[in-house]
Amino acid sequence: MAKVPKPSELLPGISYQPPAKGWMDVKPDFRPGTYCNPAAPKWMEWIGYPYPQARSIPDNEWGLPDNWQEIVLQGMEDRLDRFRSLKLFFDICVRCGACADKCHFFLGTGDPKNMPVLRAELLRSVYRRYFKKIGRVLGEIAGARDLSEDVIKEWFFYLYQCTICRRCSLFCPYGIDMAEMTLLGRELLASVGLNIDWAMASVAQCYDKGSHIGATPQAFKDMIDFLAEENERITGITTTPSYNRKGAEVLFVTPSGDYFADPGSFTLMGYLLLFEYIGLDYTFSTYAAEGGNFGWFISHEMGKRLNSKIYAEAKRLGVKWILGGECGHMWRVCNQYMPTYWGEPVNFLEEPVSPITGTRFENAKIHKMVHISEFTADLIKNGKLNLDPQRNAHIKLTFHDSCNTARGMGIFEEPRYIINNVLPEGHFVEMPPNTIREKTFCCGSSSGINASENMELRMQGGLPRANAVRWVYEQYGVNHLGCICALDRATLPTLLEYWVPEMQVTGITEMVGNALIFPDEIERTTDLRDRDLEGFGEAAEEDAEEGE
Amino acid sequence: MDFFKRHFLVALAAVLGLVVVAYVGAQTKLQILFGVVVPYLAALIFVEGLVYRLIQWARSPVPFRIPTTAGQNRTLPWIKRDLDDKLDNPDTFKYLLGRMALEILAFRSLFRNLRTELRKDPDNPEGARLIHWSYKWLWLGAIAFHYAFLVVVLRHLRFFTEPVPMPIQLLEHMDGFFQFFVPAVYLSGVILVVALFYLLARRITNPTLRYISLAADYFPLFLILGIGISGILMRYVYKVDIVAVKQLALGLVTLHPVVPAGIGPIFYVHLFLVCVLFAYFPFSKLMHAPGVFLSPSRNMVANNRWVLHVNPWNYPVKFTPYLEYEDKFREAMIEADIPVEKES
Repeated sequence: MAKVPKPSELLPGISYQPPAKGWMDVKPDFRPGTYCNPAAPKWMEWIGYPYPQARSIPDNEWGLPDNWQEIVLQGMEDRLDRFRSLKLFFDICVRCGACADKCHFFLGTGDPKNMPVLRAELLRSVYRRYFKKIGRVLGEIAGARDLSEDVIKEWFFYLYQCTICRRCSLFCPYGIDMAEMTLLGRELLASVGLNIDWAMASVAQCYDKGSHIGATPQAFKDMIDFLAEENERITGITTTPSYNRKGAEVLFVTPSGDYFADPGSFTLMGYLLLFEYIGLDYTFSTYAAEGGNFGWFISHEMGKRLNSKIYAEAKRLGVKWILGGECGHMWRVCNQYMPTYWGEPVNFLEEPVSPITGTRFENAKIHKMVHISEFTADLIKNGKLNLDPQRNAHIKLTFHDSCNTARGMGIFEEPRYIINNVLPEGHFVEMPPNTIREKTFCCGSSSGINASENMELRMQGGLPRANAVRWVYEQYGVNHLGCICALDRATLPTLLEYWVPEMQVTGITEMVGNALIFPDEIERTTDLRDRDLEGFGEAAEEDAEEGE
Repeated sequence: MDFFKRHFLVALAAVLGLVVVAYVGAQTKLQILFGVVVPYLAALIFVEGLVYRLIQWARSPVPFRIPTTAGQNRTLPWIKRDLDDKLDNPDTFKYLLGRMALEILAFRSLFRNLRTELRKDPDNPEGARLIHWSYKWLWLGAIAFHYAFLVVVLRHLRFFTEPVPMPIQLLEHMDGFFQFFVPAVYLSGVILVVALFYLLARRITNPTLRYISLAADYFPLFLILGIGISGILMRYVYKVDIVAVKQLALGLVTLHPVVPAGIGPIFYVHLFLVCVLFAYFPFSKLMHAPGVFLSPSRNMVANNRWVLHVNPWNYPVKFTPYLEYEDKFREAMIEADIPVEKES
């Protein structure tokens, strides 16, 4: 793996000055550390994707099929006919540049082709050459260029330096959404066999076994049972998750990041405690074991192939509705695509009603799926949770709005409401206003590029986020970054270890788990991460003795 | 010649070429061509091109509901949603109209614009820090240009109407309110040209913007500058016979075209550039104007979870059905006490 330069080496190297040469003449520099490895043929065979073949970027072995240009152009035509967004976004850009310094990859790399406008031009130039008369006749001066092998390589490089976060679309006066073009561009790449390994492996595993990490049903159960035992050890409360249980009221779906690795696993411990506390009649599914959807990072179709399992499983188990865990892109997919993918009303489920508070989630009337933050906020609002914020007194938090839930859904207040109820007063600090809520910065590693071989790129892409975190760390002594996204919990610890080493990453439900007071719990001396609580246990007793 | 110069100069040369063509043409007794044929042709191309492009766009469906949400969505009734949340994440048609109106009339998204820079910061271990601040100049330039242009266009209606309707007269009067010159200087014309120079200057002086700009970006700027400057020259310097101009304009709109003698060539330059703008419009980036109405990230109600959006080309996809999955893992599932559909 390529060595990642130190922050002090990386940051001074960033320059927003474009090169002297025109962009059509600059070829991508496939420097180790800045790109993702191409997908291994095995994964593509598993899911029936075309042109599986071992490829190597440094050896220049791209192995494109003979008629690759034809396939790509046909694919583009096809998508222009099926997506008004694509046609429109190709046609109406005025290159005003409002999006340019909004992209975290541009801010982190200084590469002008990471300005959303120019990333889009990489595709548009081909569109003009083959689908517009003026481009066909005038060529370069009309901003058109041939679809050469260099161009397709450039697409591969830059479409996987976009995390589909939509920050550019927020600032675009016409709402041009780079995410839409990146997704469709990736579909074109996939049609000639170009995929990235990290995303493809996750998709194939999810397709085959049920989760991105390839956990078998028994392994899935083991992992969650282990976390339940951890809960019991720390709180004395037996949490009893069930699996594939027919007739449960609620199917709980969460991303694999929440049971696979720290710190996501602490969030899952929080879920288990919360559900136990309120006596929720719920089940996990080993089949629909993945809320995340790396398929959508590859194509709309693959997104649907993975997403369809959730409703299918809810139907088989006969649950009433679905509860979804803390995840960013899972919720973007669930919110923007899920009912449309399914194509018809989901009549086998009921309009979600909280069995504890009786609250009817009318906003999920046809979707039949509730976000854990909505669910928890409703519980707190109705006074159903006995919470001790002092148990989170060691946490000084700032909240990272995940790009997907921010700009692909709009969930801002619920997590903040929960945070304010589980943390002592004054322990929650916002980052600068231009870097949160709808203007939030992506973690820089979403959309399937949280691999290890492109670490330098990830650290660059995450710079704007980390930079804002550093601000609240320095100004207010913030020591935790909260989020409602499993990909964030997987990628931000690495990012922050690089830029702001003193920072921990936590899910919101983890802190709920910390704060919940069970009537029959053992004395709580540590949080769910086994860290000593402030003012509890031995330390508190010693303080008390000294006082006497 | 480098990329920037090529695109810049081609656009400039094209507009200068058009000016020369009109200027020469008007003096060689081709006034019928420039005064009648070209305007009709331009109008025809404009209307047909516009309709064609709109149909082209409309023919592609919107398979998914993808509004860019920029405010709190509708969830629990007690979750606070301010007016800006409702406008930036519209849950009803009413607020969608509000969002579109703000976008189209006030350039809402551009108003949100920020500027981000990497500034040296010795306190930072890495020696620099990203700074974001609100940056409204582009918004101001854009809004000034568009509204000035609108006023100019409306003002011109006085050439096409007899008697001139009251609102147009009023507008003209207000536009010429500052009478520091004879004839009264129209503020809109001044703002239009100043805003255009700003938009051109930022394209040339900002290195990243210069890097992305194409001839198709400079051409409309030069073209409209040409229109503005020729119009100003005509009004304040090389006066033309305004009665004759009105006669020509009325002739065009009443479909009884006449070409009165004695209109100066500068008028034909002005008119010809306007005609080129109209004919060019449907095939250019200027289509952002009608396009913004159709933009799926802006013109859709964010009601995904309570109103089903149907994709007209939705098709069944292959996914692993549960039983196939169970077949693969049945023994292990039974051993792990996970319920199964079939025991063997």
